[in-house]
Amino acid sequence: MKNQLGRNRKNLLHKKFRWSEFLAEKLITLTAFISFVFIVLIFIFVFREAAPIFSSEEKKVSLIQAGEVQETYGDVEENNSPITSNQTSALETSGSEGDASLSNLTGTEWQPVSEVPKYGLLPLILGSLKVTLIAIFLAAPIAILAALFTAMFAPRWAKELLKPAIEILAGFPSVVIGFFALIVLATFVQNLFGFEYRLNAFVGGLAMSLAVIPIVFTISEDALTAVPKHLSEASLALGATKWQTALFVVLPAATPGIFAAILLGIGRAFGETMIVLMATGNAAIFSTQIVEPVRTMSATIGAEMAEVVFGETHYNVLFLIGALLFLFTFTLNAIAEIFIRQRLMKKFSGN
Amino acid sequence: MENKNTKIITKQLNLFYGSKQALKNISLGIFEHKVTALIGPSGCGKSTFLRSLNRMNDLIENTRTEGTVEIDNVNIYQNGIDVVELRKKVGMIFQKSNPFPKSIYENVAYGPRINGVKDKDILEETVERSLKQSALWDEVKDDLKKSGLALSGGQQQRLCIARALAVNPEILLMDEPASALDPIATAKIEELIYELKENYTIVIVTHNMQQAARVSDYTAFFYIGELIEYDLTKTIFTMPKKKQTEDYITGRFG
Repeated sequence: MKNQLGRNRKNLLHKKFRWSEFLAEKLITLTAFISFVFIVLIFIFVFREAAPIFSSEEKKVSLIQAGEVQETYGDVEENNSPITSNQTSALETSGSEGDASLSNLTGTEWQPVSEVPKYGLLPLILGSLKVTLIAIFLAAPIAILAALFTAMFAPRWAKELLKPAIEILAGFPSVVIGFFALIVLATFVQNLFGFEYRLNAFVGGLAMSLAVIPIVFTISEDALTAVPKHLSEASLALGATKWQTALFVVLPAATPGIFAAILLGIGRAFGETMIVLMATGNAAIFSTQIVEPVRTMSATIGAEMAEVVFGETHYNVLFLIGALLFLFTFTLNAIAEIFIRQRLMKKFSGN
Repeated sequence: MENKNTKIITKQLNLFYGSKQALKNISLGIFEHKVTALIGPSGCGKSTFLRSLNRMNDLIENTRTEGTVEIDNVNIYQNGIDVVELRKKVGMIFQKSNPFPKSIYENVAYGPRINGVKDKDILEETVERSLKQSALWDEVKDDLKKSGLALSGGQQQRLCIARALAVNPEILLMDEPASALDPIATAKIEELIYELKENYTIVIVTHNMQQAARVSDYTAFFYIGELIEYDLTKTIFTMPKKKQTEDYITGRFG
């Protein structure tokens, strides 16, 4: 016994190299970084493909050098001015190599394959915003109240039924939701409200809310459940009702998490493609009406990317839209992260 | 012992967590304006007993209570009892101080507010009175807007006491209120308990034998869900009648 103890003590002084430990650690580190690297690479790719738009001078030069279109484009300086009949005929032969100047990009018309291509992004951005806002205004109240009910009021059996059921909805293929909206929901909503157009921003937003609810619900529910139990106990022990406790103690304490949930929901809605592609009618109309057909940024990429000529302006503009989407969701997620991590932490540690 | 009003009387109180019995036939009377200490080793049911006095055990699933708990001669487990009203009358202080993540003022004003008090003057008055009662006023009167969580542990616990006092309870249940505090903060809480018993009936659970001896008038010794002995604190600590009690308070087990 004494001997063994002595030997153990001696071993303590010699740091042992553990192969399995080392490998496991490095492997985990590697996998963690791989996902990060992927994101960075995608980021670079999307921006690289969109970049030629911002260096259109260079493009024109290369076009001139190519020779075929030299006579039509003639004077390089004039290229930004409205296209003349002379140029139009040439565009027909050379495909839809249009001009992607800032004035064209900020226009209100999206007609990328017309004789005079118009790359106005505004109707698309407005379309995305409309559908996203409708979706979040419909989804957030439902999801948060459902989360409040599940976290605070539901008996155990209801909780065990509700939470997985709503979370399964999150994993629902969006094409199924889109199909449902296209076939069932649109007709139902049109009959109910008497809309002029069967497919419109409202139907799209409504269908989208089905995809957003589970996200907002799950994260809100987690935030509400994470509120320390001793807070709600303190409130109940003071003679507050369950409802008062939920509203005045638990909900405020979970605010940062719920805010983050809404932001992530917005991010999802903004980037979602299939549902809006199927349910919004896809007409790039620049209008503030919510019952008119719209076309969103993501749906535009989804619908047109497969048919676009590789490397031409239209292609680049689609990538620009992608880059904008990327930036938008990236910003939202970053804000959400800061809110969850920092505000929540701060809130429960004083000051 | 008999010349006092009994505020709380429990009769044949049994409590089950699922199939496990946590309280076995507890019958005891708690006197008005006295401090009653509940002592016993961990898991003996003293906290459970405390929480059954304001029906906080209702919040735990699968609990079943048998027998009666009478407060001012009303059985709080009979049908038609409004638990919300009951808890306004029977306040509770928890082991871990649990101020809301709100300002000091909002913490104390919370109780009156949920009772529908909107008048600012009344609220301010209540906050000041409660903080004075809990001996915290002088330390925080200049920054009531500060977060309750920014206070020290002992101050937080006194804030929780102020918050409980703000709804004008008659009984205060304290579940090891000083177990997480340093000796100085503990002394302050004990002093406070001594002052509060003028106006309130106090039931306190404690692991600290000296604390029970210092602050309480009566002591009940619990062991594995049973009430072993209940008497004047002086008697319990000097001449316990049961061997188990003696063993426990002299530190032979527990």
